[in-house]
Amino acid sequence: MYDVLIIGAGVIGGMVARTLAKYDLKICILEKENDVAMGATKANSAIVHAGFDAKEGSLKARLNIKGSAMMESVCKELGVKYKNNGSLVIGFNDDDRATIEELKKRGDKGGVPALRVLEKDELLTLEPNLSRNVTCALYAPSGAIVCPYKLTVAAIGNAMDNGAELICNFPVTDIEKIDGGFMVKSGEKSVSSRYVINCAGLFSDKIAAMVGDESFSVHPRRGEYILLDKECGGILNHTVFRTPSKMGKGILVSPTVDGNLLLGPTSVDIEDKDDKTTTAEGFQKIIKEANENVNGLDIRKTITSFCGLRAVGSTGDFIINSPVPHFINAAGIESPGLSASPAIAMYIESLLRESGLMLNEKSDYEPTRPAMHRFREASIQEKNEIIKKDRAYGKIVCRCETVTEGEILEAIRRNPKPRDLDGVKRRTRAQMGRCQGGFCGPYIVELLAREQNIPFEDVTKSGGNSYINLGKTKEAAKND
Amino acid sequence: MDRKLTCIVCPLGCSMVAEVENGKVLSVSGNTCPRGKAYAESECINPQRVVTSTVRCQDGSMLSVKTDRAIPKEKMAECMEIIASARPQLPIFVGDVIIKDVFGSDIIATQNRS
Amino acid sequence: MTDLVIIGGGPAGMSAAIAAYECGIRDILILERDEHLGGILQQCIHNGFGLHKFSEELTGPEYAYRYEKRVIELGIPYKLGTMVLDITKDKVITATNAEDGVFQINAKAIILAMGCRERAKGALNIAGSRPAGIYSAGTAQKFVNMKGYMPGRDVVILGSGDIGLIMARRMTLEGAKVHAVCELMPYSSGLARNIEQCLNDFSIPLKTSHTVTEIHGKERLTGVTIARVDENRKPIPETSEFIPCDTLLLSVGLIPENELSRSMGVDLSGITSGATVDQDRQTSIEGVFACGNVLHVHDLVDFVSEEAEIAGKAAAEYINGMVETTVNIPIKTDGKIRYTVPQVITKSKDVTVFFRVSDVYKNVKITVKSGDDVIVSKKKVRVAPGEMESIKLRASDIEKRKELIFSLEVV
Repeated sequence: MYDVLIIGAGVIGGMVARTLAKYDLKICILEKENDVAMGATKANSAIVHAGFDAKEGSLKARLNIKGSAMMESVCKELGVKYKNNGSLVIGFNDDDRATIEELKKRGDKGGVPALRVLEKDELLTLEPNLSRNVTCALYAPSGAIVCPYKLTVAAIGNAMDNGAELICNFPVTDIEKIDGGFMVKSGEKSVSSRYVINCAGLFSDKIAAMVGDESFSVHPRRGEYILLDKECGGILNHTVFRTPSKMGKGILVSPTVDGNLLLGPTSVDIEDKDDKTTTAEGFQKIIKEANENVNGLDIRKTITSFCGLRAVGSTGDFIINSPVPHFINAAGIESPGLSASPAIAMYIESLLRESGLMLNEKSDYEPTRPAMHRFREASIQEKNEIIKKDRAYGKIVCRCETVTEGEILEAIRRNPKPRDLDGVKRRTRAQMGRCQGGFCGPYIVELLAREQNIPFEDVTKSGGNSYINLGKTKEAAKND
Repeated sequence: MDRKLTCIVCPLGCSMVAEVENGKVLSVSGNTCPRGKAYAESECINPQRVVTSTVRCQDGSMLSVKTDRAIPKEKMAECMEIIASARPQLPIFVGDVIIKDVFGSDIIATQNRS
Repeated sequence: MTDLVIIGGGPAGMSAAIAAYECGIRDILILERDEHLGGILQQCIHNGFGLHKFSEELTGPEYAYRYEKRVIELGIPYKLGTMVLDITKDKVITATNAEDGVFQINAKAIILAMGCRERAKGALNIAGSRPAGIYSAGTAQKFVNMKGYMPGRDVVILGSGDIGLIMARRMTLEGAKVHAVCELMPYSSGLARNIEQCLNDFSIPLKTSHTVTEIHGKERLTGVTIARVDENRKPIPETSEFIPCDTLLLSVGLIPENELSRSMGVDLSGITSGATVDQDRQTSIEGVFACGNVLHVHDLVDFVSEEAEIAGKAAAEYINGMVETTVNIPIKTDGKIRYTVPQVITKSKDVTVFFRVSDVYKNVKITVKSGDDVIVSKKKVRVAPGEMESIKLRASDIEKRKELIFSLEVV
């Protein structure tokens, strides 16, 4: 029997696991997919919001401001890149200006540091590639960017290094109340625990319903993105939002911590929680609006386009509560969920403490997780030191992103271990460059097969039936 | 009867017309060189193709091979089946015969493997 | 200090090295990122290589072996598994491999011969899901020919580049069913012989003016929607058709790999995505040459080898101090001629200028002019973007010209 089961290995589940891992508790994370960070965590704007967006007094507002303030030190401990690049909400007319003034007031009240309204000249000096039609902007120096899936991998890895367990491919199908806790089932399999924390993202309403809580629902909102080559990354330094209007929040343009440029998201409510398709209309909207905001975007430099589904809760705020004893919801965690995640984890810790869970600190708790080796960013001397220890760090596998075999093996061997090509990609950036794995993909398949001791043709792109190869040559010709 | 053909002998890919009567090629036009004419004649009467493929060696590695001359086009699938069953021993050098006499051609290695 | 460092040990790099050796240069080093010489030829197991150079039809590995053998016979040093990380303007090369770690070399001359890569799916922004089963044709070629695995059984190919056509045949022979090859343009960019022997031989339909508009399937690809496109290359929704398949191969163009060239400050052409060069294939940086697919994408490896010989010879002359710039004649083009290589002539000697046209034209006259003087003109029945053309200029044609203009008119 576990002390705490966390359902969902996204950024919320990961942060909760890591926060609780410092205590003397038996923790297990259950994930329905083949890897961690596979839901909304994988595909969002990757922004640490300053905290002026959400309504005053809401959980969203409170936890955003608190979480953002914690984020830099959390990233430092977890060895994850964090860049405090600042954000701009740009306006084009008087209506926008009025909204910007209002956002500033709200932010000031909530405690967002150093907000300032910039006029056109100062704005264009700060970001010369912005559209000449801008009239003003809200400048938030505390805005930052982070890689959400690397943060999650690191948080869960750190929790696992401190004793937490992770079970993938465990879609929860039922929860039964048992003596002293819950039995959580996935088909024939089951695990039991004294406490259950529901961090199931889009599916958190279904999980809550399994313990009889039908007080809320979560629906998917499609957000499509286009990611541009690093060649384009230098166009902007700040994250650039459009002023929110009746038409929504609009398309943002932001550098990423790894030096690409991200455009998006669209915002369309849909029905199917598994429908991560991109659309031609979505691409058109992103391209049109991004070009209205920023000059000089070259869409031909697209590396990839993708779709994420935001988990929009029916209450309009984060739903963090305990509907039945020993069961805690962390549901409806849409934007600014990433920014708020460290604070959400602390909030859940306090709820657990209130409900009587004994939280005794472990003596051997290790809060830091050493950063992955990043060959590309190391000096020649550092590179040679690590190659001396392990020659695999001298061999480049991914040419586009300069990722070595050493880094790929390090990722494959480290908690939480990736089992598929996309898992390696998210951890190392191998296959994430211009050729999208065209050159290095087959070799990474080989490394994954070898390290996991599975046949070459059993390697998948992202678990399930997503096989890369469908058999050997010389066989079909013989069988037909 | 006129038959339209695209020459596959070289990258020029000439468009040719062959005049065929009772299984005999009377004339070829559109070709740039004599090899084109020869191809057109063969293509109308007994089409032939070189087959390139791979064999799985004893150590499991793949080795590229080809028929050392063109074989009848309709025998390509059969040729592939024969190639599929080969399991040659290493070392192998470019030009080594892997399988003898497959529809009048030898299957030879196009790579070294030691 | 090394006399000549060649970045890339494919057909261009090996050919350049041999040419430089034959001009007396002995201090040469080839740096190759793969574990073998020959570059991408090793996975191009089909035949059709070498007709120009050797007057026989070789497969890719055989063609590569002819050069590899020569490199070894001559004792030209090379390092495999070695990735160049950086080159400076002063020709300091930083590279890494598992044996030596990270090392630096000062070179007197450098030949860039890094080849090209395939345009990836990301650049296409196709709507739909992102399942497994979508590969560039070259990646599929690597799986099938080098690894011995089948990336799919029911295949649709987008783009009719030669690698796509070759893979249509290859996968068919290995037992897969290729349902269609879709080409956005009204004509194929592949060679006519490949359409004949790779598609027609197997009754694989080539759908010109068609594209893939949507990708279906959550885990593994389950099908694609294709549609006809109008003259502006926009899909016509009423012509949409769903084709069930487990694999989509992309053969939608090749891009010279010039990240190193760009970061060292070599001037690049916006049209070829390769360096701008003179008749010796010297780039905007003195002593730095480029040849093969890193300079511009070639149709035939034979022409890659020839171009590399020019670069190798010129690099040798540069190393031996035989540099003499006598003229400076830029080559310009009208819209119908897309680009030329070289883009500038700096020596009064016989020069063959290679060029591509920007569309399919029939019954054309290609003219090289200087001012109002017609220097050369040439008639062709048909020209297409997929087929590289060339015109030979004599030293006497070039002398005293201010610029040369290549133009095409339909007659």
